[in-house]
Amino acid sequence: MHKISELLETGKVLVSDGAWGTYLFKKGLLSGTCPEEWNLTHYDDVLEIAKSYINAGSDIISTNSFGANVFKLSQYNLSEKLSDICRSSVEISRRAAGKDKFVMASLGPTGKFLIMGDVTSDELYDSFRQQAIAFETSGADAVCIETFYALDEAEQAIKAVKENTSLAVFCTFTFDKTKEGFNTLTGITPQQMTESLILCGADVVGANCGSGFEDMIEIVNMIRLVSSRIPILIQANAGLPTIENGNLIYSETPEKIKEIIPKIIDTGVNIIGGCCGTTPDHIKVIAEIVNRYNQKIK
Amino acid sequence: MNDILNQISLCIEKGKVNQNSNFPVDMKGLKGAVELTQDALLMGISAYKVLNIGFLTGMQIVGEKFKEGKIFLPEVLISAKAMSSSMELLKPYFKSGEINYRGKVVMGTVAGDLHDIGKNIVKMVLEGGGWEVIDLGVNVTAEKFIDAIKLNSVKTVGLSALLTTTMQNMNDISAKIKAEINDVTVIVGGAPVTKAFANSINADEYFPDPQGMLDYLNKKLLTNNL
Repeated sequence: MHKISELLETGKVLVSDGAWGTYLFKKGLLSGTCPEEWNLTHYDDVLEIAKSYINAGSDIISTNSFGANVFKLSQYNLSEKLSDICRSSVEISRRAAGKDKFVMASLGPTGKFLIMGDVTSDELYDSFRQQAIAFETSGADAVCIETFYALDEAEQAIKAVKENTSLAVFCTFTFDKTKEGFNTLTGITPQQMTESLILCGADVVGANCGSGFEDMIEIVNMIRLVSSRIPILIQANAGLPTIENGNLIYSETPEKIKEIIPKIIDTGVNIIGGCCGTTPDHIKVIAEIVNRYNQKIK
Repeated sequence: MNDILNQISLCIEKGKVNQNSNFPVDMKGLKGAVELTQDALLMGISAYKVLNIGFLTGMQIVGEKFKEGKIFLPEVLISAKAMSSSMELLKPYFKSGEINYRGKVVMGTVAGDLHDIGKNIVKMVLEGGGWEVIDLGVNVTAEKFIDAIKLNSVKTVGLSALLTTTMQNMNDISAKIKAEINDVTVIVGGAPVTKAFANSINADEYFPDPQGMLDYLNKKLLTNNL
């Protein structure tokens, strides 16, 4: 069994990290350029982001590799550097994490739809395979297949990781809130996702992006309706942003989430972190609350 | 005659692009929207009727279902593909002036953002509704929007963004467009965009789905404000 899974079996809740995209922009990433390229060109900046989450209390940090697939990198003429970029992303995070903390390599969707016929399952599988192998080579503990929305694409990603590496597989989808509840843009509900991903062999399932921390409570309850045992990872946005005085303001501030995090732990989430708009300050709040909880259950 | 137009509408509604398409499963091997459009034109049915009865009806149903949450993006994408593939056959009739567009709008994904699925779907729904869309693509600057609006004399521009980080650019771009051009309606949309966000950046309208924008444009046309 994977080390992370062992730890989760003890009932401990773990803390993952916060946003990377928004953080990279703060560090000067230019709009319209490739964020993943920064692993090769701005090593120290990326390392700083990774370290800041370790220092804030993350048990697991991710990597700057979300869009490092063949299709997205091609838009920047960087697809030939896929393996270098992916290896480097894990190297950087591993350097920050050391031996004590975990590294989960971020793997995002390709943006292509199989139903449209502009990509085949094999082509998707192949891109994901390249990423997975590069991640394992540099010492990742897990792959976090995140912000997905289509079951067919997720299936290819999970298969690619499981059939080519021995890394743990985390898979989280992004859900939109509708009148009927929650679904992805392909119409998948949290229950449908959970059934499907468990069948595919994911070690951890969950949700990221799309919703703030408050909405995640309902999503987790739906996942638990399908499985009381499967470990769950939640990485919520800091709410949806508005603009105030020309600045992007996220409504769920570190102060606001202090009340929500205990409720999230109560729903049975095993790993908690943040997505768009969250910062090391959010992670500090989460880590404090989680540590108190872990002390109690000891 | 209505029979073949109804069939075209059904193919668009179901996303049956052409005879070779594997989707939907229950229409495998049958003629698709493209072949039926060809047949209709050869039969002497006017391009006007093909567009306004065949395409428009089908896309209207798709637009409404999507708006009501009964179908989702993949279904809309494939329906839009069926329509836009068939629309190619009508291009000569637009060129000759035999059929006219209802009006023209400019659309683009804002600077810094390379996502275009949302924008492309709206474009196809608008085209299915008889509107001409000047598509500026992705990563579009304020200057490029302004040039296109002036060049095409349009009164409506649609801005799209998928990332919370590029949403912010909508603020600058909207402000610049309005500063430079009188009487232009700025419409915003995209997954992270909300009505509240649209209000905070002084955009004129926000729609959560393509049908919303189409209905709005058609309404404005009636009040002759375009």
